[in-house]
Amino acid sequence: MAETHSLQDIRQQAAVAAKVFVQRDYSSGTICQFQTKFPPELETRMDKQQFEETIRALNTLYAEAEKLAGKSYLEGCLACFTAYTVFLCMETHYEKVLKKIARYIQEQNDKIYTPRGLLLTDPIERGLRVVEITVFEDRSSGAGR
Amino acid sequence: MKNCEYHQIDPQAPSTPNPTLPPPINANKKVIRARRKWQAFPGRNRFYCDGRIIVARQSGVLPLTLGLILVTSTLFFIFDCPFLVEHLTSCIPVIGGVLFVFVVISLLQTSFTDPGILPRAGPDEAADIERQIDNAGSSSSYRPPPRTKEVLIHQQVVKLKYCFTCKMFRPPRTSHCSLCDNCVERFDHHCPWVGNCVGKRNYRFFYSFIVSLSFLTAFIFGCVTTHLAMRSQGGKGIIFALQQSPARYPLPLIIFLDSPSCTAIELVVCFFSVWSILGLSGFHTYLVASNLTTNEDIKGSWSGKSGSEGSRNPYSYNNIFMNCCAVLCGPMPPSLIDRRGFLPPEEALPAATEIDLPSLEAKNDINMCRQGFRDLSPPVPL
Repeated sequence: MAETHSLQDIRQQAAVAAKVFVQRDYSSGTICQFQTKFPPELETRMDKQQFEETIRALNTLYAEAEKLAGKSYLEGCLACFTAYTVFLCMETHYEKVLKKIARYIQEQNDKIYTPRGLLLTDPIERGLRVVEITVFEDRSSGAGR
Repeated sequence: MKNCEYHQIDPQAPSTPNPTLPPPINANKKVIRARRKWQAFPGRNRFYCDGRIIVARQSGVLPLTLGLILVTSTLFFIFDCPFLVEHLTSCIPVIGGVLFVFVVISLLQTSFTDPGILPRAGPDEAADIERQIDNAGSSSSYRPPPRTKEVLIHQQVVKLKYCFTCKMFRPPRTSHCSLCDNCVERFDHHCPWVGNCVGKRNYRFFYSFIVSLSFLTAFIFGCVTTHLAMRSQGGKGIIFALQQSPARYPLPLIIFLDSPSCTAIELVVCFFSVWSILGLSGFHTYLVASNLTTNEDIKGSWSGKSGSEGSRNPYSYNNIFMNCCAVLCGPMPPSLIDRRGFLPPEEALPAATEIDLPSLEAKNDINMCRQGFRDLSPPVPL
């Protein structure tokens, strides 16, 4: 994939300097939300604003996935009447949104994070516990904003 | 170039653990079997169909549950249905059949679905959490920091405990099941009858299982009683009717006894077992309506017994209909453990990519991942 070629370059050239973990925010209950507090390790690498925007967008997407609305109720009721066998053949609403999230993270990596020597890991790969941001050693002189 | 002997291994084939083969030097379309994540799963679970089906290590009495339901229903269809179809209506086997299918499907789904297992924290994440705990602890001078964290959920203080096995702070409503050795989200209880934990992802299956089983047992009990009543109306009384009916009388959820004189006892036992299932369904209906788990109800987390005064359930919508919808008809969360995903190579890169690294071992590992990801089928939403 063309998009991953730049990631490969980064990984080939740079070693991992640190890993930053953005924890979950449970103030609204058990729904998947992440803290928007800006980690101090990223201060030299990127804008606070951009980081908060990324996390807020992720939170919005997860809220959409877990939203109790007409579509999810329809899906739930249909599933109930078919003894939940419909889940075996149909992609659930949550899964569709997870794909959207994966695309969004890829896009954010390409546009914002990779040029700054950072890498966002999709939270689903960490069990929706944390947003892992890998900080690569800044070797190239042209890296940065 | 060395001439290495090798044979192609299909990564899609049902897996059997392979002894580690020395990596061939000429990596030309070689496939080393990639290990799927379920093969390295740390919890006490068993996997079938190459990771598609997950059960607890101890299957408990699941075979007994299944056996009782199957045998009872089969005998019902063989011995009671013909009589009742002849004397009442032909809807009886249809209703019985629908309920039976519902019960079996719900039971299998409860048993074979990932209940909401949280994957354990990786080493980097665990180290980061330890660092946070140490930093928090260094501020208190005289006591070691307790491994708890307090969060505010809808203005209610909730304590999150640190799980030493999974190396993370458990999210709210999550509990560690000692039988399965996993942290399970929205942990309800570990049910030996279904041989699995009941948690966030399979609670709705469990609820539909017990509700449909109540209907099925009540239905069979009713039909059996009607059958006996109609036979005894033949003028010769209930004892004759009992003796007429087959020795192994079909009654739900009890062990079969051979002697006809025990049929009466079976009826009594059946009566109590129907009530126990109905009681369980009623209890879980109450839990669903108040958005509680069995775990929380037993511990009295929100009833004020163990907590402070004025503690209320912060997860409840304070509306029975909303609670029921949220628990039973909410969006189906995905499985977080990614059983059928492939393990990353030893270099612990976060995602498989097509990198050509100088090291030969790494190259073969990457090839393995590349092949694996090409063949990767979409995850089954179980």
